[in-house]
Amino acid sequence: MASTARSSSTLLKRFLATRINQSRSVTYMPRPGDGAPRAVTLIPGDGIGPLVTGAVEQVMEAIHAPVYFEKFEVHGDMKAVPPAVIESIRKNKVCLKGGLATPMGGGVSSLNVQLRKELDLYASLVNCFNLPGITTRHNNVDIVVIRENTEGEYSGLEHEVVPGVVESLKVITKFCSERIAKYAFEYAYLNNRKKVTAVHKANIMKLADGLFLESCREVATKYPGIKYNEIIVDNCCMQLVSKPEQFDVMVTPNLYGNLVANTAAGIAGGTGVMPGGNVGAEHAVFEQGASAGNVGSGKEVEEKKANPVALLLSSAMMLRHLQFPAFADRLETAVKRVILEGQCRTHDLGGTSTTQEVVDAVLDALN
Amino acid sequence: MASSGFQLLKRTLGNRSTAARFFSSVSSTPIRATLFPGDGIGPEIAESVKQIFKAADVPIEWEEHYVGTEIDPRTQSFLTWESLESVRQNRVGLKGPMATPIGKGHRSLNLTLRKELNLYANVRPCYSLPGYKTRYDNVNLITIRENTEGEYSGLEHQVVRGVVESLKIITRQASLRVAEYAFHYAKEHGRERVSAIHKANIMQKTDGLFLKCCREVAEKYPDIKYEEVVIDNCCMMLVKNPALFDVLVMPNLYGDIISDLCAGLVGGLGLTPSCNIGEGGIALAEAVHGSAPDIAGKNSANPTTLLLSGVSILRHLNLHDKPDQIQNASSTQLQKGSTELLILEVKQRQPSSPMQLFIISKYVLE
Repeated sequence: MASTARSSSTLLKRFLATRINQSRSVTYMPRPGDGAPRAVTLIPGDGIGPLVTGAVEQVMEAIHAPVYFEKFEVHGDMKAVPPAVIESIRKNKVCLKGGLATPMGGGVSSLNVQLRKELDLYASLVNCFNLPGITTRHNNVDIVVIRENTEGEYSGLEHEVVPGVVESLKVITKFCSERIAKYAFEYAYLNNRKKVTAVHKANIMKLADGLFLESCREVATKYPGIKYNEIIVDNCCMQLVSKPEQFDVMVTPNLYGNLVANTAAGIAGGTGVMPGGNVGAEHAVFEQGASAGNVGSGKEVEEKKANPVALLLSSAMMLRHLQFPAFADRLETAVKRVILEGQCRTHDLGGTSTTQEVVDAVLDALN
Repeated sequence: MASSGFQLLKRTLGNRSTAARFFSSVSSTPIRATLFPGDGIGPEIAESVKQIFKAADVPIEWEEHYVGTEIDPRTQSFLTWESLESVRQNRVGLKGPMATPIGKGHRSLNLTLRKELNLYANVRPCYSLPGYKTRYDNVNLITIRENTEGEYSGLEHQVVRGVVESLKIITRQASLRVAEYAFHYAKEHGRERVSAIHKANIMQKTDGLFLKCCREVAEKYPDIKYEEVVIDNCCMMLVKNPALFDVLVMPNLYGDIISDLCAGLVGGLGLTPSCNIGEGGIALAEAVHGSAPDIAGKNSANPTTLLLSGVSILRHLNLHDKPDQIQNASSTQLQKGSTELLILEVKQRQPSSPMQLFIISKYVLE
């Protein structure tokens, strides 16, 4: 009984290897003859962060990826991101990070937001798609949420007018809205996506979201091959839970993007498996896609049962960003194979494995 | 199948208990209630609701008011002063879909109602109806949304060309009011848990104030569990497992989005009742869908939303047996599927409203 199971799993592996793995030849090389790996900043972060970044390090070593990590300790309760870390990211241009916990209402502004503003990482991408092997209530989901990352409701400009009355400013500028619209359309163009949907609430916030929509419409005229439509954010959430297959690329301002990304991640399999990253003109920071649960609960840290899949897929995105597509393909194939086989799954996917077990399964699946 | 549906409803609808007089209108028989039939399909579905209520012997006397054709200078809108006075006196109202006439120089109808009647909380109960299958089967939650301030204050201005600022206002008074109502509602309807939804890790002072107010009110109700959930976590948990939530209380914008998300979980706006609570115990239930002028007069509109909203008024008035009866009947009718009930989402239509009315009345009388 056990031997037939084993032989069938090897058969499955060989079958998948022939179908999924297609090697692409790399011809672009910035420094031929150098043989030196590229430096990437690594921020383990808080909570389950060190666990999952550890997982990525192991897998990167196993595939002999031409990157090496410069680790820096940053914790959510620090007042600001240490300048050494910022310097390192500016030098390396690419960073991989785990979640940073933000203390609630404690007067410390979120370090995640600070990092994004300092490095001007204006686009946050989350790719939400159904992974074969994970059953969800919704099928045919393949949504990329591109969210403006620097302004909007997260400007952090709040003050108490009189005791008991607090004001918060939401700032929308044409410059940032245009930038994110351009990124979204170019992403759709270069990644063979057919439709871009702008999410807004311009019936109530006429000037602010109106400005955002105006910028999107202007950019849409330059991409006649890509369909463009607009949807109000509450209707959007309703449609996401009933008919998610109608969405392709979604471009949103800051706050709505957070909600929509987490909702889309939830319907497609959970935030433990969706990759994502923050991209700017010159730098990029990759982390688990949707922000819910990226620090994890105390239980996950203790029992070491965090899901490393999201960060592994994000590191594959990072390898592509660095233009090492062959390594990215191998990594992704291995991870997808592990998910498809379904033997090793962490708690959020309905299994009981620990992080290390999933990593071992991925290392096994690499060839 | 009908009896199991009834059991499920009985369990979900909570226990009866005496209500604090402050929050509910004093009841005596018969109760006068204002009815705004509205436009488009409004008058037909209002008529259906009146007939069904009559068949169920509900002790309500309806006072109908229509939207005028000219602007009343006392209210600066098409709603007359008399209509608003009537709601203020009767304390209870039911509103059908109203089409806002295009043009300037007047306030939108919903805005007028909200400002004049001081409607501060929007309550939307979302339960999976046994007759309508969606991907989510175990939804049973209430969303309570602050309705007056927050991001929807409408205070925006252009600072310089290309830079726009929008103000989000949170006040202690409004947050306390809605938190008080949320906990009171939870206690009255036998709910165990209230969750406050926020983004206080980013908007520390504004959502922080909202949370502080919720915590203060939570201390007064020690037997109701209170928790705080960040909105992105909340969205994810809602789409993965809606049974995790019970009563949700939130500021304006999050409330708008989450209540529509929850409506989507149970089947759309065509199945979700909605009730607005005002100062002094005023309750104005409404149908949130549009007026669908293209099917007006063709006898094919679905009265379910308005009916369920009417039922929520009955609950507010503490007439608990009637709502069970009517809701059970309409859900049985949904279950039997005898008239191919497609839910009205402003786009979809379904046939035979009088047939449906007959069937509902039949079950109610049984």
